[in-house]
Amino acid sequence: MTRVKINELKPLKPRFEVPDVLINDPPTEPLSLLSRDENGVVLSLGADSQRLIVSAKPFRLDIMEGREVLLSLNSRGLLAFEHLRILYLDWLLSLLGPSSISLDFSLPGVENVYGIPEHADSLKLKATDGGDPYRLFNLDVFQYEVFNPMALYGAIPVMLSHSAQRTMGIFWLNAAETWVDISSNTAGKTVFGQMLDYVQGSSETPQTDVRWISESGIIDVFIMLGPTPTDVFSQYASLTGTQAFPPLSALAYHQCRWNYNDQEDVAAVDQGFDDHDIPYDFIWLDIEHTDGKRYFTWDPHKFPQPKDMLQGLLDKRRKMVTIVDPHIKVDSSYKIHNEIRSKGFYVKSKDGGDYEGWCWPGNSGYPDFTNPEMRAWWASMFAYDQYEGSMENMYTWNDMNEPSVFNGPEVTMHKDALHGNWENRDLHNLYGLYVQRATAEGLIERSGGVERPFVLARAFFAGSQRYGAVWTGDNAAEWEHLKISIPMCLSLSLVGVSFCGADVGGFFKSPSTELLVRWYQTGAYQPFFRAHAHLDTPRREPWLFGPENTALIREAVRQRYALLPYWYQLFYHAHHSGQPVMRPLWVEYPQDTATFSMDDQFLLGRDLLVHPVTEEGARGVTAYLPGKGEVWFDVHTFQKHNGAQNLYIPVTISSIPVFQRGGSIIPRKARVRRSSSCMEHDPYTLFVALSPKRFAQGELYIDDGHTFNFDKQKQFIHRRFSFANNALSSRNLAPGSQFTTFSWVEKIVILGASKPSKATLKTHDGKESQLEFEFDASMSVLTLRKPGVNAGLDWTVVLQ
Amino acid sequence: MSCALLLLLTSLALAMGTGTAVEIQRPRGVPQSKRQFYEENKPFTCLDGSSTIPFDRVNDDYCDCRDGSDEPGTAACPNGSFHCTNAGFRPAFIPSSRINDGICDCCDTTDEYNSGATCQNTCREMGRKERESLQIMAEITKEGFLLKQQLIHEAKRAQEDKQGKLTELQGSKKGLEGKVEALRTVKETAEDPEKEAKERHLKSWEEQKELIRMEKDKTRMAEAFLELDDDSDGYVSVAELQSHLELDPDSDGSLTETETQVRCLLFLPLKSREDVPPTVQTPEKREDDELSMPPYDTETQSLIDGAYIHLQSLICGPEFIWICRNLEKEIGFDFGPSAEFAYLYSQCYELSTSEYIYRLCPFNRVSQKPKFGGSETNLGLWGQWAGPEENLYSVMKYDHGQGCWQGPNRSTTVKLTCGKETVVTSTSEPSRCEYLMEFTTPAVCQEPASLDEVLHGHTEL
Repeated sequence: MTRVKINELKPLKPRFEVPDVLINDPPTEPLSLLSRDENGVVLSLGADSQRLIVSAKPFRLDIMEGREVLLSLNSRGLLAFEHLRILYLDWLLSLLGPSSISLDFSLPGVENVYGIPEHADSLKLKATDGGDPYRLFNLDVFQYEVFNPMALYGAIPVMLSHSAQRTMGIFWLNAAETWVDISSNTAGKTVFGQMLDYVQGSSETPQTDVRWISESGIIDVFIMLGPTPTDVFSQYASLTGTQAFPPLSALAYHQCRWNYNDQEDVAAVDQGFDDHDIPYDFIWLDIEHTDGKRYFTWDPHKFPQPKDMLQGLLDKRRKMVTIVDPHIKVDSSYKIHNEIRSKGFYVKSKDGGDYEGWCWPGNSGYPDFTNPEMRAWWASMFAYDQYEGSMENMYTWNDMNEPSVFNGPEVTMHKDALHGNWENRDLHNLYGLYVQRATAEGLIERSGGVERPFVLARAFFAGSQRYGAVWTGDNAAEWEHLKISIPMCLSLSLVGVSFCGADVGGFFKSPSTELLVRWYQTGAYQPFFRAHAHLDTPRREPWLFGPENTALIREAVRQRYALLPYWYQLFYHAHHSGQPVMRPLWVEYPQDTATFSMDDQFLLGRDLLVHPVTEEGARGVTAYLPGKGEVWFDVHTFQKHNGAQNLYIPVTISSIPVFQRGGSIIPRKARVRRSSSCMEHDPYTLFVALSPKRFAQGELYIDDGHTFNFDKQKQFIHRRFSFANNALSSRNLAPGSQFTTFSWVEKIVILGASKPSKATLKTHDGKESQLEFEFDASMSVLTLRKPGVNAGLDWTVVLQ
Repeated sequence: MSCALLLLLTSLALAMGTGTAVEIQRPRGVPQSKRQFYEENKPFTCLDGSSTIPFDRVNDDYCDCRDGSDEPGTAACPNGSFHCTNAGFRPAFIPSSRINDGICDCCDTTDEYNSGATCQNTCREMGRKERESLQIMAEITKEGFLLKQQLIHEAKRAQEDKQGKLTELQGSKKGLEGKVEALRTVKETAEDPEKEAKERHLKSWEEQKELIRMEKDKTRMAEAFLELDDDSDGYVSVAELQSHLELDPDSDGSLTETETQVRCLLFLPLKSREDVPPTVQTPEKREDDELSMPPYDTETQSLIDGAYIHLQSLICGPEFIWICRNLEKEIGFDFGPSAEFAYLYSQCYELSTSEYIYRLCPFNRVSQKPKFGGSETNLGLWGQWAGPEENLYSVMKYDHGQGCWQGPNRSTTVKLTCGKETVVTSTSEPSRCEYLMEFTTPAVCQEPASLDEVLHGHTEL
């Protein structure tokens, strides 16, 4: 990794440098000087014969590996640095002039760039010549358009470049309004032109040029050199940290609506799920639950007994999320407001008074979340004795944290509003991260540091992954919005944010029944799975569309619950090593150019390929199964398909095309109950999908599902399942850890198997027993009956 | 409804009857009715016949049968169901996924035999409560049903009445058609002289008016005028006629249509039969209008009188149509199988909440009015009965109310439950612009006779 930092030597006043995003000061290595002349130096970057060539006039940096240029800075000379000047001076007031910065990056050999969320656009970023650049500026956008580079709720200034040879990343650490211009010498070239280049052999190397422009701050950029996608993820994780490990239940299904009207409504919806035998873990309350949009309070008529309500949910092992937005009603009878005002914790306007703007409660103040004292106070407000009516099964949702200011420019805060000494323009994109951080810290503190928090936020920045989940904001009940949810969450996944989802059903407008069903089917295979709807839309709880559709939705939700062990394990990895949960195919098949611009399918981890049906009236989909020489198994029919092919799959309304990679082992819990907590002690079924070489590998991660004990006390189980030489074994991947589980292995399903004569189980204490089995010759599926071994212990099954 | 109630009471009685008996051993989660299929030490055949397994695999916490029948007492099968006896209350089936999930579902606690959940046996208490509420409900139903009989009786009489009225009206229509011709002649003969007289009168009136204008400031003249005006009581003044274009014989148009006349004529016998005074309105005295036209001279008046019948028949025309139409409409309404809901017609019922007054006018409309000022909002017009197939008359649907911003038109669903009184008991807005009202009425009370029979019938067993 290479960091390039450019600042003024003697600025009129300090320029803003983004704090609190890097998890630590990245360790530096001394660069050794390889050679120098009057115009520059050549430095060794250590590994892999990588060198850095610094040229003085004109200024330029080239990062080389061997004889290849990986990346050049300022090769187009677009470096700009508006140093601070006094623009206007009178006896009291001095105005500083513009302070923007810019730098260009050239990526030889690169045709594909990704990332820089949040935009409702294709996964592969488009060349922006002749149009607006991609804009990064956190905004509350009303009814956003898809396939548009306009700014949305969050901003992560990280771009990944990818070619069949190498994956790299550029992390532009700047929290001001930022624009990213992309041009490519191959974009827009016709097929004929490309062929001509090929035939004539005179093709210029493909190259992508990127220019970053920010309104203020400094140039502070990290070049992550990969070379693999996994390496880039690790490199980025080493800078900004990894995904917060959510409570297991947060990976289950969430039922939300603006608004569930009152306690009776909550109880009725809760009962509705049981009556229709559909699992759910969280029910959500939007802004109407509060007393006049005063967060941390309850409407005394609609929610007079919040603890009774929460206890009712707790009795069913379910949970609730209430909304706490960062705009505070200016009302002298409101405790939260009075305290923030008296402590001077509000953002100030340029004339020094408290900044006020219009939001849900009417006139509102905006706490200065950039102030650590403010954050500590905010966190303390989540204590059970402060947030009246709260209980341990109640979690938090931070909406509107761009921040949204209805009467502000572009519905956000004035750029000259003051956060201490800094203007909002300097740190605008960072505000949302701080809100979510302070809230997550509050939830941790209220439990004495024991419980993992769950906080959903709409605005985010680089590093937000450390604090919880994000969603794609106020989408609409349209097929285009369903489709765009895939590239939107993939883009986030590539830059550290794994816990992403889109409002199932679409927030604005009312979905057709078909769209709603398809959205449940898609959402069931995306990380954050929550249905949500606008206040003005008709109700759409899953059972309101006739028994057939109820059954379809039930089945989609059940598939999610059955797969929770795999989801949990993927999130453990995301937390542990920064590898994304939801992945574009090219992350696992980096050399397969067919995968470079796919918006309609994705991988979960390495082992599941999902191609949800997102076309209205679809009778079939064409899924691309990657991997020459590999095989994929339809998870519903166990049908085997070869890799490296476009597979046409006929679909019905019940179809959710999902494939398990041959060579993988996925644990599921087949006993789907009414909430994930109810399934805690249930047994596992292992799905072993054999590769053509009759090999498979998988993992299992278990802990208590909700505390930090996995981290602080190493209380977890992490096991490796391997199938090789006709033997399936479970061994410990974390010998230093300690945890016991009641869960056991009830069934092993081996796909692509041949019929054994017998199956012998050897347990950890050396005992042997024979397992009964069934063999389905038509599908080559071997089912081993009831191994009965504890999921935390060593065991082996040998097939003869 | 009566069927469900019957079933419920049967099982309740059964539970009470067997409460003291020794519990019969059977595999966990199997209902008495299926016990025969689970014979100990004999191979068990899945209830769908799909396979046969050794008996020790029944309830062994592994799902062998596709239909889930081998695991009635564990959560192993995704499609299984568990039977709780619930002695003291009523037995129930729960999905097998609720066995040992840490949540008490069966009041006899039998679903949580291995989860560590501490459940209290609440069957007796629940049974008691249910009996109490059933008893209360039974009393209400009994009284309500009596009221309903009365309602049916009244509705029947009223219906016959109305039907008779309509038939009579329609029957007399034919007989009166002949008279139309006669009247047309009367009218035509009346029209010509009337026209002349009118013109004559108008001319003199113009002259007179001129005089009046000249002397209008003189009190005397004004008094004389008022006297004249008083004398005109009971007569139709030309001014009055002219202000009602539809009554003016000169603007022939639609008024001379035969059909209108027929309908109009039909009205006359109806009015006379019911002793309704003629509906010709006395012209209002308009003291402020000093220039209103004085009545005609006697000659003119007699001509106008000739046209009077004609005019009167025209006045009554629209009213007759209205009555006929309403009768037809009311008779045509679906007031339930025995017209037991007919009494709700043209009534309104209100419910006051903290913010609004809700008003339900059955078979007409639902509305909402803010308590503290503001205009009324239409929450829906009568649409149709919308209960489930087997109980159509349990739900009313009102739709096409006032439109919502960016949303649908407001609509209201009214759920009817049995009660002695006719009242709106609650309102809510479960979804934006979709209202829900609960309404009690004796008209939905079902025959309660079976209650005692069932209770007695079974305690004998």
